[in-house]
Amino acid sequence: MRKRGFFLLALLVALLAFAAGCGGGEEEGAGGDTAAATGGGGDTGGGEDVSGSINVLAVWTGAEGEAFQAVLDGFKEQYPNVNVSYQSAQDPATVLSTSVEGGNPPDVAALPSPGIMADFAGRGALKPIDFARSAIEENYAPVWLELGTVENELYGLFFKGANKSTVWYNVAAFENAGVEPPEDWETFLQNAETLKASGTPAYSIGGADGWTLTDLFENIYLRTAGPEKYDQLATHEIPWTDQSVKDALAEMAKVLGDAENVAGGTSGALQTDFPTSVTQVFADPPKAAQVIEGDFVGGVIGAETQAEPETGFNVYAFPNIGDGPEGAVVGGGDVIVMFKDNPAARALIQYLATPDAAAIWAERGGFSSPNKNLDAEVYPDELTRTTATALAEAEVFRFDLSDLQPAAFGSDAMFSLLQDFLRNPEDVDGIAQKLEDAAAKAYGG
Amino acid sequence: MSGTTFRPEFPREGGTRANPKTAAWRGLLLPLGFLAPAIFFLGVWVVYPTFATMVRSLYSDRGDRFVGLENYRRLFSDDIIFTAIKNNFLWVLFIPLGVTAVGLVFAVLTERVRWSVAFKIAVFIPLAVSLFAVGVIWRIMYQQDPERGVINAAIVAVQGVVSERGVISTAAPSTDDLEGTTQTGISLKEPVRTGEVALLGLTAIRAPEIPEGAQDARAPEPLQGGITGVVWRDFKPGGGTPGEVEAEEVGLGGVTVELREPGSNRAVERTTTEADGTFAFEEVADGEYTVAVARNTFAEPFEGFNWLGPSLITPAIMLSYIWVSAGFAMVIIAAGLAAIPRDTIEAARTDGATEFQIFRRITIPQLMPVLTVVFVTQIIACLKIFDLVLAIAPGSSRNDATLLAFEMWRRAFSGQNLFGLGSAISTFLLLLFIPFLIVNVRRFRAEAR
Repeated sequence: MRKRGFFLLALLVALLAFAAGCGGGEEEGAGGDTAAATGGGGDTGGGEDVSGSINVLAVWTGAEGEAFQAVLDGFKEQYPNVNVSYQSAQDPATVLSTSVEGGNPPDVAALPSPGIMADFAGRGALKPIDFARSAIEENYAPVWLELGTVENELYGLFFKGANKSTVWYNVAAFENAGVEPPEDWETFLQNAETLKASGTPAYSIGGADGWTLTDLFENIYLRTAGPEKYDQLATHEIPWTDQSVKDALAEMAKVLGDAENVAGGTSGALQTDFPTSVTQVFADPPKAAQVIEGDFVGGVIGAETQAEPETGFNVYAFPNIGDGPEGAVVGGGDVIVMFKDNPAARALIQYLATPDAAAIWAERGGFSSPNKNLDAEVYPDELTRTTATALAEAEVFRFDLSDLQPAAFGSDAMFSLLQDFLRNPEDVDGIAQKLEDAAAKAYGG
Repeated sequence: MSGTTFRPEFPREGGTRANPKTAAWRGLLLPLGFLAPAIFFLGVWVVYPTFATMVRSLYSDRGDRFVGLENYRRLFSDDIIFTAIKNNFLWVLFIPLGVTAVGLVFAVLTERVRWSVAFKIAVFIPLAVSLFAVGVIWRIMYQQDPERGVINAAIVAVQGVVSERGVISTAAPSTDDLEGTTQTGISLKEPVRTGEVALLGLTAIRAPEIPEGAQDARAPEPLQGGITGVVWRDFKPGGGTPGEVEAEEVGLGGVTVELREPGSNRAVERTTTEADGTFAFEEVADGEYTVAVARNTFAEPFEGFNWLGPSLITPAIMLSYIWVSAGFAMVIIAAGLAAIPRDTIEAARTDGATEFQIFRRITIPQLMPVLTVVFVTQIIACLKIFDLVLAIAPGSSRNDATLLAFEMWRRAFSGQNLFGLGSAISTFLLLLFIPFLIVNVRRFRAEAR
């Protein structure tokens, strides 16, 4: 009796496994059918030729979700026979890796970094987008094409960019201390001393979120070590114990080292999350004079503080250090990739590469396009225009280094080790060694 | 079986006589029909995933290579996972005991309180809130800045009654002529002689702390047989010249200034500055003195505990968990209490036992089965804690607060995609559960008998 029960259970499990396998297969078949039905049309003709329905997955919700929906609506106008359904996920990488593992990914998705794209490409989950190469070459600086390429195969199109080489400051605090936005690193550090003497700590650091620290490190490293070393470090060709890393950490310690010049001191900074690190600069009285983070800070200021652009808050570019490259930009971006190859998905990717698609979101604000052919006039305000054009026209642009790392290092160990560094900024050699150990482990495994 | 064939059966509808074999099948079919949905769902959501996870833990992170026990080697050689195991051990050590104890106290107390139902509801409500929401609430309450975190605000409020607050909370010497910190007081390095003027310039003073009605600082005239001076904010927009009293720089009033014997910290005389920052010690014995801004000027109220820092984070999360689970324990134990026969207690009372003796010798032994249920349930519950760590610990102390279930999620799902390692952690966690599950199942069986 017992035995038979177990047998039945096993049978049931086997049946289920079979059913699940069938489900996956059907999905594939359906995808293929759409492709076959519409594939003959060719993409030279009008939008009516392409039909089908596609799923798009991205991180954007709220105002950003509405803006992206408007972009998709623009697509729908050109391709009335395509049904696009948009789904947002707080953590697309996780949702996607589960759905890829389950054999049912969306047609098109926006990934938060090229590292994740490379990961999916390595698993064979992505379809190449060579059909969009000419459009990307026409509209983007070459660096974006390189970033979208994995092992000589083009997989990704960068739709939304982020300029992370910006410093946002409280105008009143700067006036109070009598300092001006700096052009170079010496003035930047001098300003910090003056700000401290004026009674407002110079820096607000969102140390509870490790990525704010990696962004600071990357900005310094790109400027002290130069783009070549940056690329080598990004691919772990040089170890983290390299002298260039230690030099950059030493410069970083000049910012983090003086606990009295950091809002809340060291332990306060370690508990401050990114949104708070922004709002406390524009509180009354301000807890700090400036926050070093990307262009998205503007959105947080607008949503959560009373500060007005230019009179209350303003922005300047991360200053040059020594002989480092002028106007270098560290940035991020959301990369559009294709999980299923069908004409509707192809059409959508072609469309997203155009300046028209970028303009729809750009005029709504909170958006920087890496598309160099986008007219800067569409940006809603002066500050966005400044940061966005700096991104699209940057002479030296490098992608956020931590996003290029295996996630176990770039979005975990690197965070906690730089938090350790914030705790004890004197330990340059120790942290460099620990970073190297963690990186070696992540690359080895 | 054979007996039934002799007994005539009533013909069924349709007149067929049941054949013993089909009857046996029918006898099996009915219970199976009832069980099928349960077996189906358990199979899909419990049995299959469990075995799939075990198998998965023997494959590489991408699932394309059989790696044997490699993932388990990684598991046991990872420092952070080791912290997680250690923390899980601490949780199992303290939480079941803590929850049961608090639940028992509440249950016994509510038996004697007038508004016991209201009290029970209040203690029980946290259980109805999702653990993640609980985490968010406690994260906010635990903030270190007393302006944000209510726990530190309460501590600081109590402290504030006891200790006095200084005029200024932060300051630094403006030139190298001065030394010291807000902890020691800030003094001139060079001793001052009677008849001289002492200039004590301070910077890094927070704008809102500049005393109201502050006047522009001015350097006072020297005083025959005395020491005069000024304490001022040696800063104006742009910085100004350190060490010089300039226009736009304000005097600091209400600051305590002391004369110290050179080489010691003993104050000989004290005075307080005027609104323009000036002070004067009249008729001082001839000689040399160290002039200092006294420490009490900077007396800062207690800043509160760093709850979310690396050292307090685990106890802090545990506390929030006890807050949630005490209600559960209380309700179960209270039900147990109500079921205890009163006559043993009455008998003990008649025999002259004290209340405490009754509690220890009568109530607790009779409650033991209920207490064990709570205890074992809590062991199992706290092995799988995940959401509280995610919600309460800021990124900077996650590595110190981590637990196995949290590490499993972090390695496999937070974007790291280390599915092999994650499966290994899950399987390891399952192994930890098994002894407690066996204990629990045995108990259920014993009760059923």
